[in-house]
Amino acid sequence: MWTLFHKFGSPPWLYRLSGAILRWLLPITLLALVAGAVWGLLFTPPDFRQGNSYRIIYIHVPAAVVALAGYYVMAIAGAVSLIWRMKMADIAMRACAPIGAALTFVALVTGSIWGKPTWGTWWVWDARITSMLILFFLYLGVVALYEAYENKALAAKACAVLSLVGTVNIPIIYKSVDWWYSLHQPASIKFTGGSTIDPSMLYPLLFMISAFYCLFVCALLLNMRVEILEREQRTAWVRALATERGGS
Amino acid sequence: MYFESLSAVLQMDGHGTFVWSAYFITLGVIVSMIYVPRRREKRFLRQLGGQIRRSEGSNPPSARKEV
Repeated sequence: MWTLFHKFGSPPWLYRLSGAILRWLLPITLLALVAGAVWGLLFTPPDFRQGNSYRIIYIHVPAAVVALAGYYVMAIAGAVSLIWRMKMADIAMRACAPIGAALTFVALVTGSIWGKPTWGTWWVWDARITSMLILFFLYLGVVALYEAYENKALAAKACAVLSLVGTVNIPIIYKSVDWWYSLHQPASIKFTGGSTIDPSMLYPLLFMISAFYCLFVCALLLNMRVEILEREQRTAWVRALATERGGS
Repeated sequence: MYFESLSAVLQMDGHGTFVWSAYFITLGVIVSMIYVPRRREKRFLRQLGGQIRRSEGSNPPSARKEV
C-alpha cells in the first residue's frame, strides 16, 4: 500500500502510467459519451409532463454530479498536499479546478436552457442554482488564486485552504432542494428507497453519469501530465522526452 | 427509436432548439477539455525540445569534450 502511495509521488512513473491509461480510457470514454447521448436523445420515451425537453437530463445531471464529486477530489488532494506536502497531490488539486469549472458551467448552462421551457424562465435565484453558481466561483477562485502567486508553494497552500473551506458548500448543494423551497425538482435517483424515474430513462442516465466520471478521469490525467512536465522541465527525464518527441 | 423522421428528431415537438443547443454547448466544452491540455502538452514538449537543440547547437557535445 505504502509502496503504491510512494509510487504515486513519482512524477515520471505517474506520467508514464497516465499515458498508458489514456491510450484505452480516452477512446472508450468518447465512445460511451456518444452512445449515451444517442441513447438518451433517440431511444428513450418522452416525459409525460415535460415532453422532449427533459432529454437535457442526460447531460445536465451527469455534469452536475461529477462537478460535485470533482470538488471532493480537489479538496482531498488539497488536504494531502497540506498535510504530507506531496507534490502529486498539489498537481492533482490544480488539475481538478479547470475541469470542475467546465463541468459546473455545463450544469448551469444546460440547467438554464432546460429551465426556459419547463419553468418559463432562464434563471431563478433559488438555493440549488445559487449554490451551484458559488461552486463555479470556487473552482474559478482556485484557478485564479494559483495564478496570482509568484511563489507556487505558497499558491498551493492557499488553494488547498480555499478548497477545504469550500467543501462546506457541497452538502448545501445536495440538501438545498430539501431545506428550502425551490423550483428545482428533488433528486430522482435515490440509493435508499425507490428512484422516482422510470427504468427506461434511468439506465441511460446512469450510463451517462459513468461516462462523465470517465471523462473527469481522462481530463484530470491530461491536465496532470501538462503540470508534471512544466514543473519537472529541468529534470533529465523531461529533457530526454522533449528531445525525443519535441525536437523535430 | 421514438421519432418517425429526421425532422421530428430535430424539432423534438418544439423543444429542439433547447435540447440541441444544450447538447452542442456541452460538446464544445468536452472537446475543449480534451483538446486544450493535449495541445498544451505537445506545444510544451516542442518548445522545450527546440530550446535544448538550440543550446546544444551553440555548445555541441564534441566541443564540450575538448574543453
